[in-house]
Amino acid sequence: MLRIFGDLDIKWMRRRKFAYMASGALLAISIISLIAHGGPRLSVDFTGGTVIEAKIEPPQHADKIRAAVDRAGIGKPEIQNIGEGGAYLFRLGLLELKTNAFPKIEAAIESSVPGTTVTLLREETVGPKIGSELRNKAVWAVLIAMGGILIYVGWRYEFMMALGAVIALFHDVLMTVGFISVLNIELSLTVLAALLTIAGYSINDTIVVFDRVREQSRLLRRENFERVIDISVNQTLSRTVLTVFTVVLTIVALLIWGGEVIRDFAVAMLFGVSIGTYSSVYVASALALDIRGTGTTKLRK
Amino acid sequence: MYKGQRWKLIVTLIILGASIWYIWPSLRVYTMSKQQFAALPAEQAEKLRDKALRLGLDIQGGMHLVLEVDRTGLNEQEAKDAVDRAREVIENRVNQFGVTEPLIQRQGENRIVVQLPGLLDPQRAKTLIGQTALLEFVIVKTPDETRALLDRLDAAVATRVPAASDTSKYPYFDPAKPISSRMLSLEKGGVFFAEEDLPDVQTFLSAIGADTVTMLDSRLLWGSEAAFMQGRAGKILYFLEKKPELTGAEVATARVGMGMDPERPDSPGVMLNFTRRGATIFSRVTGANVGRQLAIVLDGNVRSDPVIRQRIPRGEASITGSFTDKEAADLSIVLRAGALPAPLNVIEERTVGPSLGQDSVQKGIKAGIIASIMVILFMLIYYRFSGVISIIALVLNIWLLLAVLGAFHATLTLPGLAGIILTIGMAVDANVLIFERIREELRTGKTVARSIEFGYQRAFRTILDSNLTTLITALVLFQFGTGPIKGFAVTLSIGLIANMFTAVFVTKIIFDGIVARRRLETLSI
Repeated sequence: MLRIFGDLDIKWMRRRKFAYMASGALLAISIISLIAHGGPRLSVDFTGGTVIEAKIEPPQHADKIRAAVDRAGIGKPEIQNIGEGGAYLFRLGLLELKTNAFPKIEAAIESSVPGTTVTLLREETVGPKIGSELRNKAVWAVLIAMGGILIYVGWRYEFMMALGAVIALFHDVLMTVGFISVLNIELSLTVLAALLTIAGYSINDTIVVFDRVREQSRLLRRENFERVIDISVNQTLSRTVLTVFTVVLTIVALLIWGGEVIRDFAVAMLFGVSIGTYSSVYVASALALDIRGTGTTKLRK
Repeated sequence: MYKGQRWKLIVTLIILGASIWYIWPSLRVYTMSKQQFAALPAEQAEKLRDKALRLGLDIQGGMHLVLEVDRTGLNEQEAKDAVDRAREVIENRVNQFGVTEPLIQRQGENRIVVQLPGLLDPQRAKTLIGQTALLEFVIVKTPDETRALLDRLDAAVATRVPAASDTSKYPYFDPAKPISSRMLSLEKGGVFFAEEDLPDVQTFLSAIGADTVTMLDSRLLWGSEAAFMQGRAGKILYFLEKKPELTGAEVATARVGMGMDPERPDSPGVMLNFTRRGATIFSRVTGANVGRQLAIVLDGNVRSDPVIRQRIPRGEASITGSFTDKEAADLSIVLRAGALPAPLNVIEERTVGPSLGQDSVQKGIKAGIIASIMVILFMLIYYRFSGVISIIALVLNIWLLLAVLGAFHATLTLPGLAGIILTIGMAVDANVLIFERIREELRTGKTVARSIEFGYQRAFRTILDSNLTTLITALVLFQFGTGPIKGFAVTLSIGLIANMFTAVFVTKIIFDGIVARRRLETLSI
């Protein structure tokens, strides 16, 4: 039998002050980065505007394309060379939605850089109304998800533990948003999906630990709550590590082979899942301990 | 084999059978080459496609539009019906345009979502869908009437628009006749203005605005195309009767025709046939107005202004002008399908080229295969024989996920594909939980059978709670999501539910079967 851990007796909770400090420092970095960037870098999904992805063959220097496109009469789009093989991203502000920008870009480049062909890969235009609606909906989605979890975990376990779990979840999501901001990745709909998946994963992990805490506190009535948590974390540690490992395996596969479209999603997931694992122990459990005290009051069910 | 065991086995087999039934059409459609699919009888192909998984626009390429119905100026009842009416009209147009598997849905209070797979000319699609296509046949005022109306218009503009009397920039215009002194000629019913004077005239007219109609008892509309007069380019302003004689509602059919305009024999136009009622009206109107002009107005622009030479009894008319073949074809579609009850605004538009989608899917599938291999290898190395059982569950998990997607005729998007791949990583979690628990029980010295029993019992509650909380976030995501994100939420949710069945229920049956058949002293776990 292959075992990664023997019988462990690590005193996790004794070191929770360090974890609080580490979390505090990371959160500070996240918040500073968010303030420095003026909030998360929102994609057109949320701000409204147009994004065009086009393939230009043979590949040209971005400056040359910029010079051509500036004369096309659609303002000064932000131009970015993405990936190999001459794929470029053009970000335009809010244009009148009736105008299609791609034909103009195509004509401008093909006429001023002879011998090139421009093919449309994708074009997305989002009106300002939809953008602000999505922004609102996104905030609500996160809040409703947290509320739903608070109610469910509060019902199945204990309100104080549910509070710890939800704070941990918020911690993970906020930190991932900060991480994305540090890397200057756009917060798009896809990244938002990653954030909610991270929330789901984070709670999943927390529940596994809490479930064991619930079981152990019935078996070890004499022990205080701190000791019960340590024992529970030790007992579930191999499962935690194994599961994180398989999930990380798939995310890394997505990151390396999944292509451009999925990359931002995978980056956010990778960070969020790692943080989520850490926070189940050091935020959710530790906070539950500090909020409710060390006595082993009976856990319901 | 005891009783409960047989019952469980039957449930599993039923679910397996159903999954094969639901996945079969998708398997056939997507393993077939394009030529093979095209060779199928139309009815069979349609049926097969209806039952198969749909591919999202981000995978197969195409266009996604969100339109908002502008209901200003409609009364309550009209406003209530407008969105559904508009949806029907769009559906008609799209069907006649010949897009395979379009999706046209009402969304919320006043929005319509249109998805057009495989369509890659956004400009054309938007004109086809967004054009109001209100066709009207209106009698043009006589030259004498027009002259009299111009005088009244001059007077109104001169008194009510201060800018019109400011002639410091243009001393050659008469401040008392701000409109008619700018016109170049009055011919038949049309008043010609040169290009450079158009902005002024248009500003003056819009300054007195909607009042013109009531004031003059006439509608003022511009010609749709540039005109030429005395070697100068410009546009023609028409003075028309207020009420149309006939509208597009009386058009029975419309088709592209050639050589209807003697001045432009090579350019296509649109031939119209009226309904029986329309033909009667048309015959009466043309009979009563011989010698006058009949303006054909489309969406408030005069497309042509033929003179009525005689009564036209057959109920036919044509729209000519400088059309390209495509424009003429699209116009005939739009006229056949009918006019929109209100103008539409495009508020969201996403177009994905087919190459990007193809590329992303290939990469996604590659990533999925590699992820599966890595996870499978890991489970085999770590849990050995029990690992094999969890792999059976994993494969079944993905298989069921696809079957349920097929059963609901769901749309597979790229984020959805990412959701499936993520499911591969998360699906084994339930088995890891169970196996770790069984190991713990074994370590306390229980027998294999009892360890398995306890392991499952204890792990089940954890799995239920953790999957349910994850399901909460997936459901919120579904509620929130648009298009691709919804696809992700769907695959994630179904994956989780299927996981409860495969990782817990099915693996337990396998373990029980093995334990019942041979009394195991040790378990390879």
